[in-house]
Amino acid sequence: MKHLIPEFERLKTRLPPGHDATLLVPCLRRIQEDRGFIDNSDIDGLVEYLGIPRIQIEEALSFYGMLRRKPIGRWHLQVCRNVSCSMRGAERLIDQLIGKLGVQPGETTPDGRFTLSTVECLGSCGTAPVVMVNEAYHENLSAADLDALLERLD
Amino acid sequence: MTGRKVLMDFEVTPTSHSLDDYRARGGYEALEKVLRTMKPREVTQEIVDSGLQGRGGAAFPAGRKWQGIDPDDGQPHYLIANADEGEPGTFKDRWVLEYTPHTLLESMLLSCYALGVRHCFVYIRGEYDLPWRRLDAAVEEAYAAGYFGENILGSDFSCDLFVFRGAGAYVCGEASSLLGSIEGTRAFPRNRPPRMTVRGLHQAPTVVNNVETLATIAWIIRNGASAFREVGTEKSPGTRLISISGHIARPGVYEVELGYSWARFLHEDCGGVLGGRPLKAVIPGGISSQVLTGKDAKVLTAGEVEGLTLDHEKLRSAGSSLGSGGMIVIAEGTCMVRLLQIMLRFYHHESCGQCTPCREGTGWMHRIIDRIVAGDGRPEDLERLNYIAGFNDGTTICGLGDAAGYAATAMLDNFREEFDYFIEHKRSKFAGNLE
Repeated sequence: MKHLIPEFERLKTRLPPGHDATLLVPCLRRIQEDRGFIDNSDIDGLVEYLGIPRIQIEEALSFYGMLRRKPIGRWHLQVCRNVSCSMRGAERLIDQLIGKLGVQPGETTPDGRFTLSTVECLGSCGTAPVVMVNEAYHENLSAADLDALLERLD
Repeated sequence: MTGRKVLMDFEVTPTSHSLDDYRARGGYEALEKVLRTMKPREVTQEIVDSGLQGRGGAAFPAGRKWQGIDPDDGQPHYLIANADEGEPGTFKDRWVLEYTPHTLLESMLLSCYALGVRHCFVYIRGEYDLPWRRLDAAVEEAYAAGYFGENILGSDFSCDLFVFRGAGAYVCGEASSLLGSIEGTRAFPRNRPPRMTVRGLHQAPTVVNNVETLATIAWIIRNGASAFREVGTEKSPGTRLISISGHIARPGVYEVELGYSWARFLHEDCGGVLGGRPLKAVIPGGISSQVLTGKDAKVLTAGEVEGLTLDHEKLRSAGSSLGSGGMIVIAEGTCMVRLLQIMLRFYHHESCGQCTPCREGTGWMHRIIDRIVAGDGRPEDLERLNYIAGFNDGTTICGLGDAAGYAATAMLDNFREEFDYFIEHKRSKFAGNLE
C-alpha cells in the first residue's frame, strides 16, 4: 500500500486536522481497488500510517460487507435479491446465473472469471432487477440481457 | 402532474448536473446573497420558519434540529449529508446526486454557514458509483470556482467538504452509526442522549441531515420561508421525492407536493398497477414503514376529499409514514409470506450485532420464516413471531430491530390467513409468486 500514501495525503487536506483515522475506510477501499483484496501487509502498513491499533482495522474489515481479505474472480456479479428486485424477476436471474456459471452465490468459477454474489437493496428498485458487475449497475435486466452481458465479460 | 416542484424544477439533460447548467438556473445565487447580507442565525431562522421536516424517515423539523447548535460557542461543529441510501425501495437521493449535485453542495454551504461548520461531509453509500462520480466531479468544480476552501467568495467564511464513501453496511444510514464509520471504527449506532447536536462526530456538536432535506435548503433561502410554506400542506410544507417501485407501470422518482392525492399519484401519474392487476398492498416509505393494505388504498380511491393524501400527518394517522419516500406497490396474487421472508432475511443480514435483542431476534425471526416457507411451519410459529417482535420493540439502541418486528406484525395483522394457509397446507396460497 506504500505507493498509495501520496494519494492518502491529498485526501487529508479536506479533513479536520488531527482526525486521520477517518481515512481508515477510504484507505481500505483504495487498497482493495488497487490489489483486489486487503492483504496482511496492507494492515501492517495502515497500522503504521494511521497510527491506529491492528484490532481496529480488523474490526472494520469484518464489519463492512464490501471489504474482502481474499481475491475474487475478474468479474464480480452481485445480484440484488431484495423486495423490489424480487418482484421484478431477480430470483429467476439468480437461478439463470447458477445454471450458467455452475457455481452457487459466494463462489468463483474455476477459471477465475466470475464470482457470483447475492446482495441486499442497491437502490435501483425503479430499474429492477439489477446486477452490479464490478462497480457498474446493469438495470432492467431480462434473461436475454443477462446472457448478452455475460458474453461481453471475458 | 404531482403538484408544484422544488427540486425537479428543471429539465434533466446530459449536462444538467454540471456547474454551468446549475448556475444558469440560478445556482449559487443564494450563497452569494447569504454571504453578503445574512447572519448565520438568520439562515437558521429561515429554515425554522419554513417548517421543513427531515426527508430521511423520521420527519423531524430540520430547523429545530439546527437550533441545537450554537454557531458562536467557539468549538468545532460538523455537518454530514446522509447519502447512505439503503432502505429497500428507496432511490430518491440518487436522483439529486446524479442530476443536480450542486443543489446539495450549495445547500450544504448555506447550512455550514448557518451552523458555524468549517468541515463537512457527504456520507455516500459504498455501492453508489455513478452518483458518487457525479458528486465528486461537482465537488471539484465547486472547489475550482471558489465555493469551497478558504475565504469563500471573498468573505470570512471558510469551509471544506470530504466525500466519504461507505463500504457496505445498511446500518450506516442510521445517523449516529455513520459517525463511527467516519471516525474509523465499526459503525455502531449510539445511545441518545446525548443528542448528536450536543456530542456527535469527534465528540463535537454535529448535524446529520438527509440529502433531500439539505437539497431543499437552497430553494428556501432563494425564495424565502413563506414561499416554501405555500407549497404542500400547513403541517407538511413542501414536496417529497417519492421513489416508487414494485408492481407499478411507471416506476421511478417523482417529486410530489405534500397533500397530493395518493390515488391520483398511483393510478394516473404512475400508470396504475403493473398489468392492470388489482392492488393488494402498498409499502409507503421503505420497508421499515408500516405496510398499508389495498383495503386502505381503496378507501382513498373512493373519494379524493376523504381519501388519503401524501403528507406526514395523514399517513401517521393511518398508522404508517412516508418514511424514506420508498414506495413499493404490491399487486394481488403476490405471496406475502415470501415477501416477509425477504424482509426478515434482510434485517437479519443487516443487524450490526451490537444489541442482543436485535442480533438474536432478527435471526430467530429469519429462521422461523424460512421454516414456514420450507413447509415445516408449526402452528405456534406465528405467535412466536409476534412475541419476538414485541420484546424487540424499544429494547435496542437504533430502530433496526424494531423495524424488523414491525414488518412481521404488519404482515401478520393484515394477511394472517395467508400465513395460516402456508403452515396448514405446507405451501403458498399463491404458489410463492412474487412477480
